[in-house]
Amino acid sequence: MGRLYAIEVIYRGIFQKQLATRITRSIVLAAHEEGKLGISFGRYGDSPERNGIPAKGFAIVGDDALTLEEGMAKYEPKEVDITIAVDDTLCKGVESWAWYGLQPVNKLLKPGGTLLVTSREQPETILQMAHQKLTPYNLAILKGTVSFSGLWVYKDDHTDVRILGAIAKILPGLFSLKSVQKVIVDQWNDPVKAESAARAYERISSVGVQPGQGNPETPYNFNFPKWHEMGEGIAIPSIPAGRAVEDPTTHASGGFRPDRNPTFKKYTTRTMRPVVNFDTCIKCTLCWLQCPDSCFDVTPEGLYDANMQACCGCGVCEAVCPVKECVTMVNETAFEDNASQWEAWRKDKKGYEGWLADKIRLHPERSHGFRYRGQYEEQVPEMLEVAREK
Amino acid sequence: MATATYVEEQRSTDKTALITGSEAIAVACKLADVDVITAYPIRPYDTVMQYICKLVANGEMDCEYIVAEGEHSQFEIVKHACACGARVFCGSSGVGWMYAMEALTVTPALRIPMVAMVGNRALDDPGAFGVEHNDALAVRDLGWQLVWVDSAQEALDTALIAYRVSEDRRIFLPCAISCDGAFLTHSQALVKVPSQEKVNEFLPRYNRADLLLHPDNPITVAPQGNEDWVMEIRRQNYAAMERVSGVLKEAYADFERIFGRSYGNPFFEEYETDGADIVLMGMGTLSTPVKVAIRKMRKEGKKVGFVRMRWFRPFAAAELAKSLGRFQAVGVIDRDYSFGSPYMSGVVTTEVRTALYSAPGPKPPVLGFIAGLGGREVTVPDVEKIADSVYKAADGTSQPLTQWIGLRE
Repeated sequence: MGRLYAIEVIYRGIFQKQLATRITRSIVLAAHEEGKLGISFGRYGDSPERNGIPAKGFAIVGDDALTLEEGMAKYEPKEVDITIAVDDTLCKGVESWAWYGLQPVNKLLKPGGTLLVTSREQPETILQMAHQKLTPYNLAILKGTVSFSGLWVYKDDHTDVRILGAIAKILPGLFSLKSVQKVIVDQWNDPVKAESAARAYERISSVGVQPGQGNPETPYNFNFPKWHEMGEGIAIPSIPAGRAVEDPTTHASGGFRPDRNPTFKKYTTRTMRPVVNFDTCIKCTLCWLQCPDSCFDVTPEGLYDANMQACCGCGVCEAVCPVKECVTMVNETAFEDNASQWEAWRKDKKGYEGWLADKIRLHPERSHGFRYRGQYEEQVPEMLEVAREK
Repeated sequence: MATATYVEEQRSTDKTALITGSEAIAVACKLADVDVITAYPIRPYDTVMQYICKLVANGEMDCEYIVAEGEHSQFEIVKHACACGARVFCGSSGVGWMYAMEALTVTPALRIPMVAMVGNRALDDPGAFGVEHNDALAVRDLGWQLVWVDSAQEALDTALIAYRVSEDRRIFLPCAISCDGAFLTHSQALVKVPSQEKVNEFLPRYNRADLLLHPDNPITVAPQGNEDWVMEIRRQNYAAMERVSGVLKEAYADFERIFGRSYGNPFFEEYETDGADIVLMGMGTLSTPVKVAIRKMRKEGKKVGFVRMRWFRPFAAAELAKSLGRFQAVGVIDRDYSFGSPYMSGVVTTEVRTALYSAPGPKPPVLGFIAGLGGREVTVPDVEKIADSVYKAADGTSQPLTQWIGLRE
């Protein structure tokens, strides 16, 4: 039996679907340049993909047909050599829309495997998000702005080939830089892309992560009921209506907090989240009305508090808010918990003011999809510049 | 009822009426006080919708009677009404039934105790009106209870039993009552129509209980699920179908107690099987020529029996295998086809062979006969010819496993 290689790409549904597919396909093609056999596939249960919901693609490669078959007889590989997170906020975990439960980003990594993350953050920030693992692994950061595009458009900012170049360095037995450069030129006929791959190959480096390093939280878990424990007739009870909210300082009760799905927490579905300046809020209700996920709790004094159990990070609230500095989207990497902002504000307004100002500096540059024609062309040179930074 | 002739009986609150099988089903709907009925015309099922329509128009029956724009909507409407707690009825024939197939498929999974009448009709093409069983059999794997009746009386009684069993909370599965086109749907016979009091005693009100779709019981029905859920959902339907046999036996016993009419074994009827050498099998109205032929053959000293299968789903495999093990050979008459099936046999033949294969007792040879397609008459000489072949198989003479009977050749 030969060697079996498995690589997973964790990505944001829709926005990074094409990016993930390009990476997994190219892995198989590059390995095939060296006589190996492989398959590339997306996790079927993630389909149809939802905007931003974590999804997975895989490349399985074997030295020969029999070895490959060993790796193919699975819906999803049980362990991988490399986990690629093409968005750093995915390091908070993977809660697929059909998965029910939160899977740590590094869950499938073999001992000594590598977590490769596209990010502008430092390893410390990544490890605040990634859950602790019982076995040591390596963390490699491919420096760059996270690449987002849409279902029908692709932003060719070289993230795909830079990751492929990094893989050639991290796992040289899978394919060489030369093989992957050939595949890049064969597919896209662009020598500059092959050059980007080489640059990533030269520059990628990794740090060791020991057991005990990382986010100490126990990930949210969900146990599937047995067939005789489930309700019959494909009927599921509704989520109860909800109740009033209690003020943590005065203990006054009022407002309304809808009950939420107890088995689907949206802790990992966001790349950014709204922060609210409650002092400037004019209580116009627009964020509450327009939020597609009913994520705003109404406080006793009629303010609106974005509840992180329900927020997908879409940014609609920021877009509809008529006040200049009230709702601001902030990069999800800036947060270590999912606590209520309103409660923090009630308890310590001065402290909250400072916290808010600190977070707003991290207003993300990324966008979901693209907002105007020509936007990606404008962004690509800037991103290439980031990639060239030492 | 305009078309029925009522005859008062002396010592019974029952009345005797001269009605067709379709009309008998309509009368059962009235007695069961069905809430929502949907209709779309296709022959021969349309007779039942006409009779129900007449009952409503005459003020004898109170229900929502909706003529849909096609069979798919027809079955969808009652599916939804049934989810909201309404007792429902609908039906179709041939390709009409097939046009409703998507709705027929989702009905058992949602545990909807819909009762439907299939006026069995050949599938198009060619556009023939006569009986073939392939229409109803098309849903045999999906969780529908399937029963074939051979008289108007049995049609009425079985409809009441079908409501009782389907709406039992242990079951909650749909049931299709198959009535052979023309032979049953279009010929009138004397039928005992039971009193409303007896029916009320036999048939409790439909209680959707925890699955009731109502603002006071907020639930979501039929959300999207993935591979993490489907096997468990299918296993639940498997369990429900597994429970039908027991509930069915309870219902038949109660039926006998209240109505004073017995059907013996609920699953299949045996005719002249005591001491028989060989046995013939079939479903529906071909029982008439078979029984006549058997009486003729008995006079000639040929010990031939008949087993008429009533309930096809659930299939009483163990009981049937035990019964068939008594004979030297079995001949199954299929009023259906299953092209490319094992030995090119009809559906019932294949299932009977399957039931015997895993049974502990003797396994007599099973010959398949395809006959009476498209409503062609199965004649007494046809049945004699079938019996001759089965006798030869019993004697060890090799016979084709599938034969076409009544074919011009």
